[in-house]
Amino acid sequence: MADVTVEAPAAAAPGAGAPPRPDFQIVPLRAIPAVAVVLVALVVAIASNRLWALDFFHVVGGGLWTGIDLFVGFIVGPILGRLSIPARVEFSARFMPKMLLLMPTLVIVTLAAGWQLARHEGFILSSHTHHGWVVASMIVVGVMAIIALGLLEPANLAVLFELKKPIPNGERIGRLMRRFIYTAGITGALQVATLMIMTRLATT
Amino acid sequence: MNATDATMTQAVPGAERAMPPVAGLALATLAFVIAAGIYLAAHLPRPAPGGPAATLIAIGGVLLVVNAAIVSRIRPFAWTVFRRVFGWTFLAYGCIGALLAFIFIFDHTRGAMLGAMLASLVVFTLDIPLLFAFSVARYQDPG
Repeated sequence: MADVTVEAPAAAAPGAGAPPRPDFQIVPLRAIPAVAVVLVALVVAIASNRLWALDFFHVVGGGLWTGIDLFVGFIVGPILGRLSIPARVEFSARFMPKMLLLMPTLVIVTLAAGWQLARHEGFILSSHTHHGWVVASMIVVGVMAIIALGLLEPANLAVLFELKKPIPNGERIGRLMRRFIYTAGITGALQVATLMIMTRLATT
Repeated sequence: MNATDATMTQAVPGAERAMPPVAGLALATLAFVIAAGIYLAAHLPRPAPGGPAATLIAIGGVLLVVNAAIVSRIRPFAWTVFRRVFGWTFLAYGCIGALLAFIFIFDHTRGAMLGAMLASLVVFTLDIPLLFAFSVARYQDPG
């Protein structure tokens, strides 16, 4: 994360000749039915209380959440910082709307299925031998939620609205993108702690 | 416009417009309700002692109300954008809140425990739209 340098796209600053931007939807409407299907399937899994379905949603959702956080924070971020300004703007306009729908969906799927799974397996009972680890994972997830919802998502939204302006403020986009990438890296690092707790729970 | 309002809306040449600490308060609200949720969940299946959880949720609720009052006093402000983002975010996070409420009820959580969980969810589903809408509207032209 140390070499993440998302400089202000100066060429997008007012009066400096904004680079061409692809037209985009802030919320990709075509993806909403897919999100709805996933959430309905999640509700069915919870209502039927099937261990396999709960495990599937928790493992797949958690794996994608962790992988994407780490990938964005440690791989995409540094690359983005070295792209040309028009490339950065074009990448952000195509990438950020997808993240706006994808990440909250992965988070709710992982947490809801994980909660039910923990009930199913008895991990959340205070009498369980591994209860301390489960509480530790709740604290880590709580910190991640505060960072993701309080810092990362607002930056994501603000960048998208800024990119929609006729003349986007390049300095602002650079600052907000920097916040987005740093917080994605921090949540990715916290995900590693969660993975350690979860693998310990699954194997002891 | 009184002195406080003037401070809130002071334009700084060459820099971002000064704004009240709405995002910070919303973050604090989020932290309090999440802490309350973890505290309640950590005591299952026994009901958690009500005092600490109720205090955390109450602080979160008060911060939310104070924050809403602060936002309502910002002039000029891009209220059209604020309302649009607030509405859609409330719809999205309302669905998430409803899903979580369904899980609690489905799992036979009852009584004061359920009340505390639902109160946390209410604060959560109002706080997130406020934060998102402010984060977007603060950079928009008040028109």
